[in-house]
Amino acid sequence: MPAPPRIRPAGDRALVVEYGVAIDPATNRSVRALGCLLDGLAHPGLVETVPTYRSLMVHYDPRRVSLSELRRLIDEAHDRLDSVRLPPAKVVDIPTVYGGAYGPDLADVAAYHGLTPDEVVTIHAGSEYLVYMMGFTPGFPYLGGVSPRISTPRLATPRTLVPAGSVGIAAQQTGIYPTASPGGWRLLGRTPVRLFDLSRTPPVLFEAGDYVRFVPVDADHYGTIQNAVEARTFVPVVRPRE
Amino acid sequence: MPWIDVLDGGMLTTVQDTGRAGSQRYGVPVSGAMDGFALRAANRLVGNPAGAAGLEMTLTGPELRFESTAIVAITGADLAPQIDGEPVANWRTLRVRAGSVLSFAGVRDGLRAYLAVAGGIDVPIVLGSRSTYTRSGLGGFDGRALRTGDRVPVGENQSGLSPKMFAMPAHEVPRYGHACTVRVILGPQDDAFSDDGRGTFLDASYTLTTQSDRIGCRFQGPPIRHHAGADIVSDGTVFGAIQVSGDGMPIVLMADRGTTGGYTKIATVITADLTKIAQAIPGDRVRFTAVDLEAAHTLFDQQESWLDAIDPGEAGHVEEAVFEEDSGAPLAAGGYQSLADALADRHGDGSRDRDARSKP
Repeated sequence: MPAPPRIRPAGDRALVVEYGVAIDPATNRSVRALGCLLDGLAHPGLVETVPTYRSLMVHYDPRRVSLSELRRLIDEAHDRLDSVRLPPAKVVDIPTVYGGAYGPDLADVAAYHGLTPDEVVTIHAGSEYLVYMMGFTPGFPYLGGVSPRISTPRLATPRTLVPAGSVGIAAQQTGIYPTASPGGWRLLGRTPVRLFDLSRTPPVLFEAGDYVRFVPVDADHYGTIQNAVEARTFVPVVRPRE
Repeated sequence: MPWIDVLDGGMLTTVQDTGRAGSQRYGVPVSGAMDGFALRAANRLVGNPAGAAGLEMTLTGPELRFESTAIVAITGADLAPQIDGEPVANWRTLRVRAGSVLSFAGVRDGLRAYLAVAGGIDVPIVLGSRSTYTRSGLGGFDGRALRTGDRVPVGENQSGLSPKMFAMPAHEVPRYGHACTVRVILGPQDDAFSDDGRGTFLDASYTLTTQSDRIGCRFQGPPIRHHAGADIVSDGTVFGAIQVSGDGMPIVLMADRGTTGGYTKIATVITADLTKIAQAIPGDRVRFTAVDLEAAHTLFDQQESWLDAIDPGEAGHVEEAVFEEDSGAPLAAGGYQSLADALADRHGDGSRDRDARSKP
């Protein structure tokens, strides 16, 4: 049983329920489990829960649930944390072209660590990354667990425009830009897969608690997948996590 | 379906409702009206449900032509609205004739005005909301601000053909001015600041800068000192969170804020005072003062009651409208019930303690 969370007000319509201050899978699991339990109550005073690395934001309507009742609901959910069965995690393959115009920082990252670009690709594509949370822009996944062998700080000066689908790393995080936006992460490659698509329900390919695996492809394959994505015939490879 | 023709989109006019709750876990910002209080008041004035979409109109305001007769209300900032060149009042139910043009002569108070139309702005619902998030082109009218030539669909008027009319008496109409005190709840990361830092935040006056938009309102003033750095492991954000990054300047996170953020948040603006920030213009001065959660909830409740009291649809509370020549000009005062009277009727005790009401 995790230690009781620290509960802090975030204004008069939300509480932050903190399970720690660090990024680790166990803390993150507690956050998601609490969210799962609270969502399951379908209480009219609970507006929305938002899981992040280490805390759950609980949005509530003070006219429909009192603070004391809300705290009681959180305490009760916490007591049941170990018994909750989270939705089974899946692993989503993200086909990615590494290097060149697709990943303009690959060579710098390799040089930073005294590796070859191919070694960086092998290391980056060699792990399944936990989706700790989504945020920043619609569909942006915060993926943790980048190997220290390729962990690289952000760019000193962020780019004003990062193309949609760019795969980047920042320290021990890796992520994918769903839409073109400014950004300071080191870009290793790019995927043609749409991470956020309103024609899907939900519009995302994966959620907090799922895993992402990057699969190196060449530029020709990128084009084929891109055509399928545009024709809406692309089906991502999704497996249950062992 | 009736519509509104956009003759001029103005500085920034977007479709907004009460926001896109429920998709923050996918990284989708809530958006919605910056001054949700004013939009909801406008909806109540025309008999719309609270969640109906209206137009958020910034500073200069747009120029709009109504294709058919419409029941409308304009709230929030006073941008000097005119119908066919004749001044009309804010914060009251109006009827505009088919072919009439709504325009704005210039800002007199506040920053953002809201237009509600009986039936609501009827753009498609995206993830549960009609609000516009322009950065991702999500929701609203094609995901963007309105511009010349747009034809904005209006829903069927659900409130009936002979709507009740309602006017806010002058002393009830919010005045924004250029200096205000904003009440906050300290936290969630107030402990990341030194005692001096917290003291500075609560003692000093801060000036809104031009680097402000629907994502956040950035203030300038004495730096607020951290004792343990400005960065945290990213966590969730709320409307009104006051983020302080390494430069010590406070940024109030607003409607289009990112769903998560990695900077310390010293405090959060109480819901009842969000309207003050939403209506501030660059150069306006704000002081922050701390209240406890119980006080904030009482103020929230009072603000909600204030909105509930705008009830044109409730029999016995308002009189039938009397139109003069079908114009949008202000109607005889006798056609309206004052909000204070409505509140007194509702509470049944004649209470008119306006000071206790969380008037913006």
